Amino acid sequence: MAKLTIDDLKKIKEETAKSTSLRDGKANVKITVHMGTCGIAAGAREVMNALMEEMAQTDRQDIRVVTSGCMGMCSSEPNVTVEIQDAEPIVYQKMEANRMRQVFKRHVLLGEVQTDFALAKM
Amino acid sequence: MRELSLHILDIAENGITAGADCIEILINENRKADLLTIVIEDNGRGMPAEKLKNPTDPFITSRTTRRVGLGLSLLAAAAQRCDGKLEIETEAGHGSRVTATFRHNHIDRAPIGDMASTITTLIMGNPQIDFVYSHIIDGEEFALDTRDLKEGVEDHSLIDPVLMHHLTQNIRNSLNRLALKNGTSEATEGNHG
Repeated sequence: MAKLTIDDLKKIKEETAKSTSLRDGKANVKITVHMGTCGIAAGAREVMNALMEEMAQTDRQDIRVVTSGCMGMCSSEPNVTVEIQDAEPIVYQKMEANRMRQVFKRHVLLGEVQTDFALAKM
Repeated sequence: MRELSLHILDIAENGITAGADCIEILINENRKADLLTIVIEDNGRGMPAEKLKNPTDPFITSRTTRRVGLGLSLLAAAAQRCDGKLEIETEAGHGSRVTATFRHNHIDRAPIGDMASTITTLIMGNPQIDFVYSHIIDGEEFALDTRDLKEGVEDHSLIDPVLMHHLTQNIRNSLNRLALKNGTSEATEGNHG
């Protein structure tokens, strides 16, 4: 039986160049990917994949990713909410992989709200 | 939904919403018997009696943000059009088990799709919850239990994106190996990136 073990994970970690133990500091940015039935059907998982790839390429240790359910705005899914400390949370609509990359690079890393994709301030 | 793995992600999120701290996902592909079985089990608070009377009725839902709930209804429809069915067992306070069966080579059966992404999306978005994933293809099994993985991690949470990226690749490769051992399989389909 093929089973993923602690040894496998250790191996994975060794292959991982970046230190992983530093990510226990305070979270200044929270990114919520909304994963209700509507979001998933509209492509939220691909948005999450793109986000994970972008996260893996940055050195920032203070960014947290969470998933949540539907917000009730199903027609604008996939929705992503970016909350940066001391700034208004921004909800993005109709996200896809490349939009997610742009929002991550510009808004999350540089603080420039991408108003073209924004649905609302909360 | 285009892939069964998206249904699985959806139903697993239901369990998380129900307050579960452990979600078990089992996929059994038995091609000799032409049977595909998907089981998603959680230890959340179970379904309310009203919902259980007709669990796949989209107009009975515990959600508050809109008046229809489609997750279970969509999975039931997907199973039924492949000569299968959806079964739900639930007990208040002890969680729910959703079992979907399909005729494996039914023309209308959606591919299983990218299970690796589904699993890491669940882990990444819910680091505090344990996931047990088991995928059997003609008797050969791949298993992953995040409780095992967390033992090897200092802070007991799996939130490092670099780690997640490698975990995704690892699951994907393992499933591909499993599929190749048994000829071609759905596990290799829909894997991109």
